[in-house]
Amino acid sequence: MTMEKQAGSADNQVEKLMTGTQAVAQAVRLADVDVTSAYPIRPYDGVMQAVAKLIADGDLDAEYIVAEGEHSQFEICKHASAVGSRVFVGSSGVGWMYAMESNAVTPSLRLPVVAMIGNRALDDPGAFGVEHNDALCVRDLGWQLNWVENAQECFDATLMAYRVGEDPRVSFPIGIGVDGAFITHSQTIIKIPDQELVDEFLPPYDLGNRLLHPDNPISIAPQANEDWVMEIRKQTDDAAHRVKDVIWEAHNDFKRIFGRGGDNPFFEEYMTEDADYVLFGMGSLALPTKVMVRRLRDRGEKVGFVRLKWFRPFPDEELTEILTRFKAIGVVDRDYSYGSPGQGGVVFNDLRAALYNAEVRPKIINFIGGLGGRELTPEMMDDMADTTRRAAAGEDVPMVRWIGVRE
Amino acid sequence: MTMAPGRALKLDPIKSIKKAPEEEYYQSGHRTCQGCLSALPMRLMAKAAGPRTIVLGTTGCMYVANTTYMSTPWVVPWMHTQLGAAGSAALGTSAGLKALMRKGKMKDEPINVIAFCGDGGGADMGLAAISAALTDVEYNLLIFLYDNESYANTDIQTSGQTPWGAVTTFSPPGKKHRIMQRRWKKNVPGMLAAGHPDTKYIASGTPAIPVDMMDKVRAALSAGGPTYVHVLDPCPKGWHYDPEHSTELGKLAIETGIYPLYEIKEGVCNYTGTTRQIAQGRRERKPVREYLEKQGRFAHFKNQDFAYFQKKIDEMWEQWIIPGVVAFSYGGPLNITSEKAAIRNNNVERDNASWAGDRPGHAHEELEGDGGLDHEWRDDNTLGDPSSGN
Repeated sequence: MTMEKQAGSADNQVEKLMTGTQAVAQAVRLADVDVTSAYPIRPYDGVMQAVAKLIADGDLDAEYIVAEGEHSQFEICKHASAVGSRVFVGSSGVGWMYAMESNAVTPSLRLPVVAMIGNRALDDPGAFGVEHNDALCVRDLGWQLNWVENAQECFDATLMAYRVGEDPRVSFPIGIGVDGAFITHSQTIIKIPDQELVDEFLPPYDLGNRLLHPDNPISIAPQANEDWVMEIRKQTDDAAHRVKDVIWEAHNDFKRIFGRGGDNPFFEEYMTEDADYVLFGMGSLALPTKVMVRRLRDRGEKVGFVRLKWFRPFPDEELTEILTRFKAIGVVDRDYSYGSPGQGGVVFNDLRAALYNAEVRPKIINFIGGLGGRELTPEMMDDMADTTRRAAAGEDVPMVRWIGVRE
Repeated sequence: MTMAPGRALKLDPIKSIKKAPEEEYYQSGHRTCQGCLSALPMRLMAKAAGPRTIVLGTTGCMYVANTTYMSTPWVVPWMHTQLGAAGSAALGTSAGLKALMRKGKMKDEPINVIAFCGDGGGADMGLAAISAALTDVEYNLLIFLYDNESYANTDIQTSGQTPWGAVTTFSPPGKKHRIMQRRWKKNVPGMLAAGHPDTKYIASGTPAIPVDMMDKVRAALSAGGPTYVHVLDPCPKGWHYDPEHSTELGKLAIETGIYPLYEIKEGVCNYTGTTRQIAQGRRERKPVREYLEKQGRFAHFKNQDFAYFQKKIDEMWEQWIIPGVVAFSYGGPLNITSEKAAIRNNNVERDNASWAGDRPGHAHEELEGDGGLDHEWRDDNTLGDPSSGN
């Protein structure tokens, strides 16, 4: 890692204004994806419109199949991946659910499919806007899931996904959670590196002796039954244990080559130094939260914000290390988990589980808000921060509260 | 990106069983039932396709019973795919190979891509994906549907390919309802041919007639683009008969006309084997009762059930515009007078001469007549009414 290299990197990157989906498409181009398959559903489908145009213009050389449904869309990419093609796919909401059978088998086949999930509320009733329940449905299956904050992270996370997912120690599919509308359709200026820099970061996809080809006549996923399924599941679990180290390696290379990425690949700490309490969440809620944290800091409040970037693998040890220094944590879930422990959200309960064995456990409370694409405003974040402050001060506050619900 | 499919292997017809390749690419290791005529087409298909082949198998008998961890019968590379995913698995595999070869990431050579599915996976759940695959003419692939007329692996349940009236565990005869399976079997190869005019090759076969079946697999793989072969597989467990009768039943299905053998190549349909003889009037259809009575799944049939069944088969032969293939007739008259239409009609007549012969009732001849069907064809049926004598 040298300063010269970082300086050179900056010269080899251009700045452009684009949406989150367009940024993902640019990463798909630079990753030289071989096969992609499209099916329309808002809000993810902007990425396929962008990818189609890249192909039409000759900027990306890839097979492009418009499928007749998401099940086929994801199966097409899964099978292309098995013969050694780098693939890109994506969906949203109930489209992602329609592909769920394929989503279940892809991680157990250990195929590094990369999918953009334009997070969308599940039907019924219909809603275009963001909720995280669609992507979270695969949290137990081996999908590695991260959530991004803006178009730059859309681009960066896509390159990271290929690098981490295709690493032979990992070989898992990766889902990039992109909040519908707020990130998929919002433009920001992003830095796009040139091909040479990307090639330095991202080696070619190589399945090795797992390649399905007449020169390597293997049988993939024959019926195993009780004889062998435990061993196969354990192998998959062993791989899941390796993901964090590979993310660290990729993160360090990313920083060296592209000159950005923050201190820690798994989360971002915002104004947490000397904080008494923090808000905690994923995705686009970071923007109103950061705005409100700055305002509260101006008023002398010792508040901060921690944004979770990787939900799977869940960075339990790393979070324990940083979060146990606070008195209270207010987890903001853009999801729901009916009947779960404490009737709280998914992130809330995972975080509670992660910190349970800590010697000093902060208070953890939960806010459910921004469902169905409803905006989370700085004022709402102010309300949540205030409740968390009171929890930190030892006041008795509700463990779970829904935010901004009309009576 | 190129529009044309990659190079397809050119495989010559086998013509006789003695000339079939000795090499087996589907060997021991499977655990299918005695007399299973769904395992046999796997063996024949692999033999016909040869070593430069990737096989994708959907869930079903030929996965669960056939391809077991640590004892795979497949010598060629094989991969499981999901129940409804034969079409998409074949597309993805073929597209992956094509992209890698074009981009210089893999040696450029023709590789067969075959996705097999059962009647449940293909004719029911996976029909949309197969349809989509057959429209994607840029990819070489073969969808191979082995039709044993039920969800046989899961304990014999009714599928869209289960014959009318057949007993399955989902259609047991009872005190109130003798016939619980009241849907007529879908005509899948005919439907796919009718709806996918750009598909270069669609055929029906059966492992009971092995050379015909292998040659259809070879023709499909050599055609270039997406193709479809449907095979009827007698199933001792599902159809309730002694395993020694499997091949006999497969042949009877052809001889009674319940399952016609044909191939549709570049838009022209031709019958093959015994079906061709029947169509040319060189052989009479046997009463379908001969076929049904040999199977326990029809043991509850009464005379009226056999009569209904025969009537439906007769309709298939006498009223369909292409008997056994296109499931409707033409209401006419048709009067397309352009020069191109005349050329087309002449071509149709010539191309179909092999199966039409001089026989009246040739459907395409009706196009230039005053419409309707030539009822001589039906009147000429000397089989009589099989239900009348009961």
